[in-house]
Amino acid sequence: MEKNKIVLGVIGADVHAVGNKILHYAYTQAGFFVINLGVMVSQEEFIQAAMEAEASAIIVSSLYGHGELDCKGLREKCIEAGLDDILLYVGGNLVVGKTPFEQVKEKFLAMGFDRVYPPGSDPQDGINDLIEDLNKR
Amino acid sequence: MNPILCIDFGSTFTKVTAIDVDQPRILATSQAFTTIHDDINRGLDDALEEIIEKTGIQEWPERYACSSAAGGLKMIAIGLVPQLTSEAAKRAALSAGAKVIKTFAYELNEKEIAEIEAIAPDIILFTGGIDGGNQTVVLTNTQRLCSLLHRCPIIYAGNKTIADQVTLQLKDCGWEVYAVDNVMPNINQLNIDAARSCIRDVFLKHIVVAKGLTKVQQTIDNILMPTPSAVLLAAELLAKGNVNHQGVGELIIVDVGGATTDVHSVADGKPKQSNVIIKGLMEPYVKRTVEGDLGARYSLPALVEGVGIETVASVIGTSIAVVQQMIDDLTQHPETFMEEPSLMRTLDDVAAEIAVKESVTRHAGHLEVHYTPFGTVYEQIGKDLTLVNHVIGTGGPLIHHLNVRSALRASQHDNRNPLSLKPTSSRFYIDKHYVIAAMGLLAINYPNQAIQLLKENLFEV
Repeated sequence: MEKNKIVLGVIGADVHAVGNKILHYAYTQAGFFVINLGVMVSQEEFIQAAMEAEASAIIVSSLYGHGELDCKGLREKCIEAGLDDILLYVGGNLVVGKTPFEQVKEKFLAMGFDRVYPPGSDPQDGINDLIEDLNKR
Repeated sequence: MNPILCIDFGSTFTKVTAIDVDQPRILATSQAFTTIHDDINRGLDDALEEIIEKTGIQEWPERYACSSAAGGLKMIAIGLVPQLTSEAAKRAALSAGAKVIKTFAYELNEKEIAEIEAIAPDIILFTGGIDGGNQTVVLTNTQRLCSLLHRCPIIYAGNKTIADQVTLQLKDCGWEVYAVDNVMPNINQLNIDAARSCIRDVFLKHIVVAKGLTKVQQTIDNILMPTPSAVLLAAELLAKGNVNHQGVGELIIVDVGGATTDVHSVADGKPKQSNVIIKGLMEPYVKRTVEGDLGARYSLPALVEGVGIETVASVIGTSIAVVQQMIDDLTQHPETFMEEPSLMRTLDDVAAEIAVKESVTRHAGHLEVHYTPFGTVYEQIGKDLTLVNHVIGTGGPLIHHLNVRSALRASQHDNRNPLSLKPTSSRFYIDKHYVIAAMGLLAINYPNQAIQLLKENLFEV
């Protein structure tokens, strides 16, 4: 069977590279074909890569607190680009300060993300969710 | 003595270089008007006559030629995302010496199909999707291409998963198809070698015939490649060297012509300072870009418009009306040459300098600054050419320039544009006798002689 393709990257002006490498490794081990765009990835780059690759999910990391600003409008742009049913996952230190994670999650779900993960999540959680979400199709 | 002729059929001039490969030296050079419309041999004979007169040699057992006559090798590139496979396809075609008339992206619509019909390209480079990636757009475009009336060789260099299917469908519709490795097998990965050599093979097999150049084939061993391809070969050889001769290192060749300005860089282009992250599609080590709006004749109006006619008028110290009149004259009579210093000649020189400045700025990469919570981070888009040592000028407007050094200095870093990655402290050379393309041809069988002659015939200014 053909591998599911996912696009991975750290969004905005964020240069946290370690978690990105861990996710790349974990998702590859789990059998996904990972297109890793690395750090400082713009929304447009995520979308362009997903189009060329016909990817089934975009997995966004953000650790420097500006995640909300960086992620705003990504879903809308995906729809505009014809990626209507692409899965959008996001995780990390998504906002600055001590906002409870539940509120953060609400906010990102409302922005069109399918899954939202708090800091320190086990990569396996995301992998399990992705397999589940893809099986639903 | 082992005399060899290298011939370059240009759109305006047929240039001939006579070389002795035994004691490597250039025996003579000559040029005559290209006579593409009736019999291209006439122009060649004129140029040859002069060579024979200069050298006294009647017999030329080995003859090689390159050509950019009859519009050059006209290609279009089709990809998926403009910044990704479309750009990769364009780079592959340019690196094969083609003239890329237009680049298409996403699903082709009726209007674009009509446009391709009108362009009537010599070769189509068709790509889209990484390996294992997008299929739908590529398959749709396959069908759209089948609705064209125009037929020419088509090279498929897209998603390998559907390569067989695409090839079959196109063949069924009467296309002559060549399938090669994907120009972008993974996101941002550039892989243009297979496509490039396929373009060259197709050129040899078909294009020479289609361009009415077969008549010359009888007098010449082979029209080996499009002229820009010969220039690229020479550039790479000179930079890298070979087993016997050391190369000169990273270099840039700027070729200012009447219609376009070509820039060729042989350089790795990687970041030369810390805190820089590379973005976008990988850059080729040997890169060619062509600027269709920068030329000293046909493209002069566009070039002047780019900087503003009042700026040009003030630089050469005359009125706007006079400049306009000169532009009109030069555009209508592109073959005009100015031997004597005159206003017209100054305009020529100014145009060449602007062409160098603009074309190298566009060819070179640039940095974008990002102020992050961790300090300043730079993103590099394109090639970092800051440490390139040699800038070589060629093409009529530069060769005849009154102050070549000043014109070539326009290729250098400018403090008013601090984020551009143009060279900072290069040495400058001029291809005084127009030998670069000839040396690219010579390099195929005589690389040692070619590299030696290149070193001897590019003069530092």
